[in-house]
Amino acid sequence: MEINKVKVRTWSMLGERRTFGTMMDVYAPEMDKVFVMSGDLLTSSGLDRFVRNNPDKFLSAGISEQNMVGIASGLAANGYKPFITSFSPFITGRVYDQVRMHLGYMHHDVKLVGLAAGIGVGIQGNSHFGLDDVALMRAVPGMVIVEPADCTEVVKAVKAIYDYDGPVYLRLIGEAGAPVVNHADYDFEIGKAITLREGKDVAIVAAGTMVYQSLEAAKLLAENGIECKVINMHTIKPIDTVTLDAIADYKLVVAIEEANVVGGLGSAMAEYYVQQAKCPKMMIMGVNDCFPKAGKYNYMLRELELDAEGIAKRIEEKLNE
Amino acid sequence: MTIMSIEEIKDLSSRIRRTIIEAAHDAGNQGVHIGGALSMADILAVLYGEFMNYDIHNPLDESRDRLVLSKGHDCLGLYAALAEVGFITKQELKDNYLQDGGFLPTHPVKCVEKGIECSSGSLGMGLGFAIGEALAMKMKKIDNHIFVIMGDGECDEGSGWEAFIAAKQYKLDNIVLFIDKNGLQSDGAVADIMPINLAGALRELGWHVIEANGHNVEDLYKATRQAVSNTDAPTVIIAETVKGKGVSFMENNNAWHHGHLSEEQYEQAIKEISDGNQ
Repeated sequence: MEINKVKVRTWSMLGERRTFGTMMDVYAPEMDKVFVMSGDLLTSSGLDRFVRNNPDKFLSAGISEQNMVGIASGLAANGYKPFITSFSPFITGRVYDQVRMHLGYMHHDVKLVGLAAGIGVGIQGNSHFGLDDVALMRAVPGMVIVEPADCTEVVKAVKAIYDYDGPVYLRLIGEAGAPVVNHADYDFEIGKAITLREGKDVAIVAAGTMVYQSLEAAKLLAENGIECKVINMHTIKPIDTVTLDAIADYKLVVAIEEANVVGGLGSAMAEYYVQQAKCPKMMIMGVNDCFPKAGKYNYMLRELELDAEGIAKRIEEKLNE
Repeated sequence: MTIMSIEEIKDLSSRIRRTIIEAAHDAGNQGVHIGGALSMADILAVLYGEFMNYDIHNPLDESRDRLVLSKGHDCLGLYAALAEVGFITKQELKDNYLQDGGFLPTHPVKCVEKGIECSSGSLGMGLGFAIGEALAMKMKKIDNHIFVIMGDGECDEGSGWEAFIAAKQYKLDNIVLFIDKNGLQSDGAVADIMPINLAGALRELGWHVIEANGHNVEDLYKATRQAVSNTDAPTVIIAETVKGKGVSFMENNNAWHHGHLSEEQYEQAIKEISDGNQ
């Protein structure tokens, strides 16, 4: 598909989850095995047009996510490729045992689409934050976790995960009006990280919304003479160890994620590094194993020091230790 | 598919029970879920003997009928049925049932080639999976049935109720659910632990509800014949059963929810089953 400035701007305005739904409609003619279900969040998933155009390929599960995973598994056992959507804590935590049995144990080809992961729903609070979703899904053997850095990457990822045979957790994150990381077309491959900026002093490995914040932080740090390499680790599992090896010599490697620091991207990197001959000094930035106070998204990013200023400040402090 | 006479189905029941006892005995001192395997033996015989369309030489045939065992812990009954109809050999059962690294552990692992449609053991999940299969069959315009066996104790699980509601909403008349209502669960009587009026509740939810004697083959036969011809909604056959059915010292004795057989008990059990203690 052609990617141009107008499309990138439009997707960005839609935000990740509505971009997802929009692309499901666009790709539908070439996804002959697709079947979509939602846990009563069709509109929140941006799926209205898909359902209008493909009424035979959609079913509402009502507000019963556990059953939805089971149904999707039964469809997958018979050759379909179901995409099922709900808010991220409900499509991972609430249904964890179903995911473990159906997508893990039986390795059925179901795509879990988690809406508004991280703290994207801001003032709605912790019932709807997706902070432990990455840790949970990493613990399921055979699960792939994809976390797009922006809406353009959602467009690339939807097609890639459809083409991939096996269970995937698609972690959609951020708000509508999301910042753009990828302004033009590029190669996206599951499991292959993308270096977005070169720098010799610090290597930042980020996922999702934190990719943009890291790029902004790198600009701030550059003003103080600190050069950062910034890597978009859009696939958290399986993690791109070739890229991790390539940055093992940096004096500081920083993992940044909009998730609990327990069991997430930083944990995945640390688990890899400690078993290698060369284990770099690391920082892991995310939500520090707490239920953060709810607030507007940008307020929360500031409070959690996950905005560009907070990230830059913490890296500089670490280098001065 | 095998078409059997009532007498042949009864004989299949008896052979399934005998294989359950033999496999439990072969497992040695390892505890085995026997009671709930015996309580569903007649249901399995009616399905594999008469109603299910399957071909052991073409197990992946898309149009096959499927059996989803939701009460996975009682899969010894399923293994015995699969051994009796030829999906697995008696030797494979002996070599793999509860054996290190074998493909027939205490809770079933999906292996469609051997007739096992779904990994289960975490309760309350079979019907949801069956709904997905039933929807797939409808979309592919395959006219077949998805049979499911749940336990009455298992109906405590909330996920099962999500599936009860959805199966009706989606009008899945290609689903036939058996509830093996043996009245006992791990810690005691269902009536004491979490009583549910299953027939009333499922009727209220819009299911076709048939109540049957789960050990009377004629009764089960008639109920299943009716169930596979019902339309517009799924059918549940609530089968009144006895946990441990066929072996006097196991019947209604929850010690045999999970237990192992001494040599004397083994010989008595085999004798009672051979004598046709029904």
